[in-house]
Amino acid sequence: MTLTNNEVATSVEMITLTIDGFEVAVPKGTLIIRAAEMLGIQVPRFCDHPLLDPVGACRQCLVDVEINGRAFPKPQASCTMPVENGMVVKTQLTSPVAAKAQQGVMELLLINHPLDCPVCDKGGECPLQNQAMSTGRGESRFTGVKRTFPKPINISSQVLLDRERCVLCARCTRFSDQISGDPFITLNERGALQQVGIYEKEPFESYFSGNTIQICPVGALTGAAYRFRSRPFDLVSTPSVCEHCASGCALRTDVRRGVVLRRLAGDDAEVNEEWNCDKGRWAFQYATSKNRLTTPLVRVDGRLVPTSWPDALATAAAMLEGKRSAVLTGGRLTVEDAYAYQKFARTVLGTNDIDFRARSASEEERAFLGQIAGTSTSNADIDAAGHVVLVAFEPEEESPIVFLRLRRNVLSHNLTVSTVAPFRSAGSKKLNATVIKGDEIAALSGVQLDAHSVILVGERAARTPGLYSAVLEASKKSGAKVGWVPRRAGERGALEAGALGNLLPGGRPVSDPSARVDLASAWDSSTLPAEIGRTSDEIIMAASEGTLISLVVAGVDIDDLPVDARAALQKAFVVSFEIRESSVTEFADVVFPVAAVVEKSGTFVNWEGRARSFDRVLDDVSKFSDARVLSMLAKEMNRPLGFGGTASAGKELHALGPWDGARVSAPTAGPKSVDQGGNAQLISWRMLLDLGSLQEDEPHLAGTARKAIARISAGTAQKYGISSAIKISGEAGVITLPVEITEMQDDLVWVPENSIDSQIRTLGKSGRVTIGAAS
Amino acid sequence: MTALMPVLSKHWDEVDSFTMAGYQRNGGYEGLKKALAMEPDAVITAVKDSGLRGRGGAGFPTGMKWSFIPQGDGKPHYLVVNADESEPGTCKDTPLLLANPHSLVEGMIIASYAIRANHAFIYIRGEITHVIRRMQQAVDDAYAAGYLGKNINGQGFDLDLIVHVGAGAYICGEETALLDSLEGFRGQPRLRPPFPAIAGLYACPTVVNNVESIASVPAIFAHGVEWFQSIGTEKSKGFTLYSLSGHVTRPGQYEAPLGITLRELLDMSGGVRAGHTIKFWTPGGSSTPIFTAEHLDVPLDYEGVGAAGSMLGTKALQIFDETTCVVRAVLRWTEFYKHESCGKCTPCREGTWWLVQILKDLENGVGKAEDLEKLLDLCDNILGRSFCALGDGATSPITSSIQYFREEYLAHLSAGKCPFDPVASTLFVGARA
Repeated sequence: MTLTNNEVATSVEMITLTIDGFEVAVPKGTLIIRAAEMLGIQVPRFCDHPLLDPVGACRQCLVDVEINGRAFPKPQASCTMPVENGMVVKTQLTSPVAAKAQQGVMELLLINHPLDCPVCDKGGECPLQNQAMSTGRGESRFTGVKRTFPKPINISSQVLLDRERCVLCARCTRFSDQISGDPFITLNERGALQQVGIYEKEPFESYFSGNTIQICPVGALTGAAYRFRSRPFDLVSTPSVCEHCASGCALRTDVRRGVVLRRLAGDDAEVNEEWNCDKGRWAFQYATSKNRLTTPLVRVDGRLVPTSWPDALATAAAMLEGKRSAVLTGGRLTVEDAYAYQKFARTVLGTNDIDFRARSASEEERAFLGQIAGTSTSNADIDAAGHVVLVAFEPEEESPIVFLRLRRNVLSHNLTVSTVAPFRSAGSKKLNATVIKGDEIAALSGVQLDAHSVILVGERAARTPGLYSAVLEASKKSGAKVGWVPRRAGERGALEAGALGNLLPGGRPVSDPSARVDLASAWDSSTLPAEIGRTSDEIIMAASEGTLISLVVAGVDIDDLPVDARAALQKAFVVSFEIRESSVTEFADVVFPVAAVVEKSGTFVNWEGRARSFDRVLDDVSKFSDARVLSMLAKEMNRPLGFGGTASAGKELHALGPWDGARVSAPTAGPKSVDQGGNAQLISWRMLLDLGSLQEDEPHLAGTARKAIARISAGTAQKYGISSAIKISGEAGVITLPVEITEMQDDLVWVPENSIDSQIRTLGKSGRVTIGAAS
Repeated sequence: MTALMPVLSKHWDEVDSFTMAGYQRNGGYEGLKKALAMEPDAVITAVKDSGLRGRGGAGFPTGMKWSFIPQGDGKPHYLVVNADESEPGTCKDTPLLLANPHSLVEGMIIASYAIRANHAFIYIRGEITHVIRRMQQAVDDAYAAGYLGKNINGQGFDLDLIVHVGAGAYICGEETALLDSLEGFRGQPRLRPPFPAIAGLYACPTVVNNVESIASVPAIFAHGVEWFQSIGTEKSKGFTLYSLSGHVTRPGQYEAPLGITLRELLDMSGGVRAGHTIKFWTPGGSSTPIFTAEHLDVPLDYEGVGAAGSMLGTKALQIFDETTCVVRAVLRWTEFYKHESCGKCTPCREGTWWLVQILKDLENGVGKAEDLEKLLDLCDNILGRSFCALGDGATSPITSSIQYFREEYLAHLSAGKCPFDPVASTLFVGARA
């Protein structure tokens, strides 16, 4: 059982009490049940959860309590009563009354509970089962009729409810109310017929619904993806780290006979407490999808054909050797893999043309990131902050565990949240955030900040020239800390590894000769390229002009790039490193299959700059990490990288240490957008659950994605006669969506970036669109 | 011989007792004027000194409850009157509000003035539509007469009184569940502490009182503290409504000083129905352990009933004569508790589910002798283990009936069926032929 930060006060007043004859001193405010845990005394419980408010509903944790020599006339719920000095507590171990009370409650819980443990998902890891063993009687005295319900009920596409198993502890409903702020489930009816229910018009569409399954102390809530798939005692569990976003949640990955069957939130009080989001929990089927690459491929007569590793390595080496080349890594790499790519670029390809940003990116952002690399703004800073300002960042959609922490702090102490955003999103509502609309730079300059403030800026800031500069300016003026929260899990690690044209590992500026000399000697390399590398869109331009001949491309979705890359990829030699066939594959000349996250070890660096290392979950010797393949390719090109795989790459990066010299110059605002035409500005961000490629093959999860809608202001709706549906036309295509009139500025239209019926990539690359009523 | 002492019920036989005119003709709102002339703290002291105790069941001193409200805390204070009378047998507030609603309004104004509340609520049970209408009319009339609203009686005190209609749940008579329900949530009891006096309605200091407690307040000010102290017994001061129902010749409300006995009340009400003798009775509703003929002389005040092993409760005296099967009566009550269990805590929710099944078997004569021990053990696992007092109450009729009528339970088993003719206990028994 973990202690939450709330329970360990900073200035700790200690309370001394006696439990079962043992004296113990615990911080003031500690609940009896938690104080007993510190002595190793386990009081049985169901409704109690250390991260939820006490409720005292199940009555399983009754103990005898005496204060100042006066005994309570009846046993007390140890999960609701804080300790007091001189308190004497007798648990089931020393009080026959407490023991009988607990046995009585356990017997009552079981009278209406089915004896279906042999087919229940929870059987084997079930608190009810375990505590029935410790606190129950061998044979039931109940000979009557059990309460039954038709089973199960889908309370969402991914959460199933078996009502007859439910012990009505209300952990799930309290979680949804207190933690996620999505009170879409509640208890209905009365007495033994009380049950968890949903409002039929608003299903349980919470991004955090999976946590209710994990904290359910019985098998009442089960996940559609895992139901009836396995027994807990057949699973091998490995601590792991989530690959889906920059929050960096600790996970537990459960495998049976070489197949990942489920993932659970791991415990890490400093990062994700005991929670994770549904994407992190359920989106893992992509690694076993049918388009998984298993062998190297080379293009022969226009077709990709399977080949041997030596052939593929030789072919790729020939394409890269002596040719001006560049590297696009994408944002999903571990820090070790990113390190391998940048070392490959600099020492093998002899270029700084490397960029991890497969998204809107700018020169200004690179300079901004040069200030961020090697620094840390952490969850602890959020906890200490009085004011958090969100800039180009929707935490619930883009980094959901940051959202949970913000919400917890908003509810538990006086954190206020402001957001520079076009409208009040569902997430902002749950944070009670002040929304500052209009020009983002002007909005930011108007925000009250001080040294106890934190600015969390998202990667979408790159879309607004000058915004990153304004963030740094605001921070400089006020002393507020800045946290950069990219959307993808690998971006911060790639930044630290130096997978960027202006930065070497550890934030060393490429432009700094001493940094280059340092690194050249560490790498045993004669010289390192001195010219600042191209950004990702410059790389694409150069390739389409023929200035760059070859491209090494890792996990990149072409349509995520801010410019159309198809012509460039068509023209260049493309060496692709991929888990599965992707949009790059059709342009690739050589394809190397690489390991998915579960098949390799490594480290993600989360948005805080916190290293999140994980071991390999699956022992599949046929899968190679990117770093391993790059080292083979480098060897093939007679310029070995000096490491053979992930572990040694990580060691080398670590040995380089932090950079204490001057940073790259502060950013300057780039040119304003030149997009013209149309009648509205398109604004957009990605939903947590959308058409992202790592969510493929998981229909239950997809079922809880938000339905796509467009948002426009009432004024805009009136101006263009739009009522229920909107037609948005871009240079390349059209999107038609239901429209929701929203308090926002005129002549803007917001749509989700990559959801069903709403993929803005189909509109083209311009931010200007033409809107009108859809017929 | 104690005599009846109608105060609240004194004018119920007048056709317009429920109107403003009727109430004022008989001295209504005079106590209010006296109270408003006093300092609020002095009003609390007077109620404390009077010895008035809660008439809803627990008997907590009313003035002391008011004094728990922290003053000068800058928060709004609230008075909430619990008119969610729903316990089997309890039927005092409904006729009181029907016939004399202004006594409650007047009492609420005095209480609100004392605790410095500017909003007061009556949480009234939803089924009694006729009472709700009268109550609403009384409130409207009090506004029109200047007793409610801004600057009451020109003395600078403001009070809004809201009649809130519940949806018919026994649990909403539990004060914290009532507050949840009043706030618009599902009625389930809250964790205490914090107690309502510190964090009640909308997390602000709140007094929750029973209808009769508050309705008794105006008389204290109209007639004086000493007058009130002179009524009743040493620790149970004042008059109260005793509700006689069941096998009694003239059932109804009998208002008398606390401490009267059932023997005296039966004398006044024409006794047990003709040709029959008393078998068992409840002193204060179905949640209070039952009594038998041996308890006829127990003084019906808080101490007297407690000393005899039960609780004064709501003074709902349900009389059962020898034609009644105690097992059947207890089963009916237990079915009520099962139906009304809110479901929050395990002992009450699951326990009542099980109790009903065992009692049904016993009543049908298909149980076993050891079921009685199981029943008692089960009650032991519910009593004092449930979240609120309602779970405790569910066990009272069972344990007390087994205490006094174990033989009758066993007779069901040896007969293989209920040895009683259920029709014999009904009012229509004579019409059967």
